[in-house]
Amino acid sequence: MSTHVRHAEISALISAAQARYVREIDDGDCTAWPSFFVDDCFYTITSADNYAQNFEAGLVWLDSKDMLRDRILSLLEANVYERHSYRHLIGQPFVGEVDGDEVDSETAFMVARITREGPTDLFASGRYIDRYRVIAGEAKIVSRTVVLDSNRIDTLLGFPL
Amino acid sequence: MERRKLFQGETWNYLCLEAELPSAGDFVAVHVGETPVIVTRDHDGEIYAFENRCSHRGSLLALEDRGNVKDFTCVYHAWTHNLQGDLVGIAFKDGIGGKGGMEKSFCMNSVGPRKLRVANVEGLIFGSFDEDVDDIEDYLGEEVLGRIRRVLQGRKVVVLGRFTQVLPNNWKLYVENTKDSYHASILHTFFTTFELNRLSQKGGIIVSPNGGCHVSYSEIDQAAEAEKAANNIYSEQKIRSQSDLELADKSLLGNFKEFDDDITLQILTVFPGFVLQQIQNSIAVRQVLPKGTDKMHLKWTYIGFEGDTAQQRRARHKLSNLIGPGGYVSMEDGCIGGFVRRGTEGASDTNAVLEMGGREIEGGDDRITEASIRGFWSEYRMRMGI
Repeated sequence: MSTHVRHAEISALISAAQARYVREIDDGDCTAWPSFFVDDCFYTITSADNYAQNFEAGLVWLDSKDMLRDRILSLLEANVYERHSYRHLIGQPFVGEVDGDEVDSETAFMVARITREGPTDLFASGRYIDRYRVIAGEAKIVSRTVVLDSNRIDTLLGFPL
Repeated sequence: MERRKLFQGETWNYLCLEAELPSAGDFVAVHVGETPVIVTRDHDGEIYAFENRCSHRGSLLALEDRGNVKDFTCVYHAWTHNLQGDLVGIAFKDGIGGKGGMEKSFCMNSVGPRKLRVANVEGLIFGSFDEDVDDIEDYLGEEVLGRIRRVLQGRKVVVLGRFTQVLPNNWKLYVENTKDSYHASILHTFFTTFELNRLSQKGGIIVSPNGGCHVSYSEIDQAAEAEKAANNIYSEQKIRSQSDLELADKSLLGNFKEFDDDITLQILTVFPGFVLQQIQNSIAVRQVLPKGTDKMHLKWTYIGFEGDTAQQRRARHKLSNLIGPGGYVSMEDGCIGGFVRRGTEGASDTNAVLEMGGREIEGGDDRITEASIRGFWSEYRMRMGI
């Protein structure tokens, strides 16, 4: 298979995976969120400023699929917060050079938050800086760094971005 | 009123970490209350702080959050201030060709941004607009000071990350929340749901002499832990399950021995709006900044120390999942101020009840008390003159 065809195929797999990913968070109950990742994945949420300065700390910092599962379990069973939902709009992924079964990818996003008594607000914008691995015809996230454009975050970061 | 009597009065306000100003010419732009302030390190090695305001027409002098500069020249008319905040240069001061320019009698020393008195407590930089403020050691009191030293231990601080949380409530509601040791085991159900809490934990509260600063802490009771470990012999046999829910990855809570005591949680506040947090090995400073009457910023700086091993750093990052806007045990704190604000709309003529643990403002060895909230309001009223 030519490099070009391979790249187009993997880009399509990433787009499809990301479409399912945001649907799970926005319209599902998030329980399938960890299934988009490989077992020894890494997921963090940081800001553009922290990212530029190589500060490693995150608003969320998870380094295994089990930790992702625990995050959702805690949100559904343990944490107390006002009911809200997200609506993600994601751009086209910018997919880098294919490296074996893995590839780096970057995707812009905007997330609106809808709170119980409130209006629909623009909650966050930023980019996903990802590493994907193709496993059995599916693109799985090895590492996702959610880089928020702003250093400010309103009130509460509940569900994943 | 608060701006003048509290934030610009005889109080000490947290500015930044000394670690954020390693070299001469370094600056950070911060706020004291809602007043913009610049903190610098000059070539004499000392740290200075002054209002972020040009002497001339009041424009901001620093337009970035941090950086390294030779001086602060206002972009509006190029009036120049040195690293200590003194006005040292005025563009076209003598006019052009004998026309225009400043009066001969104009004295550059007579104008200028207000300067702050600066104090350095274990690498935490505090500032006060009032020269007559008590020395910070007296302001904090020996016990609170000792608890700051306990966490920092003279170590060199490393910034791990900075985030600003925007909260929909008056800044005082967040301060009340940090001083409220009564709510902790009730609102935050992460620990109890996953049966991670330790019913055997000891703890207590310290309130500073004026009431405004406090420390609440809990520690592991080694004897009770040993007994629990002995009982685990039974649970290891899987005779019965304690709970349906448990964390799949317990490495989240993997901590390391950092302190020579058994205190696993210590929340410390300095009046009016500073918090030093130690939750196991997750250490952070928080700064409470009012933004009008119904909004505030909570600035978090997560810290580690030079000499942390890669493993220790990793443990700090994992434990930081407990705190901040998305924190397992503190995401609720971000919402609760908004709930109180909305709940108290239309009830401005009624009072809150703050009598848990009596009416005194005294620390003790339990945390089911509102003593430190009473202490805050006592100091607040004293400083506001009400």
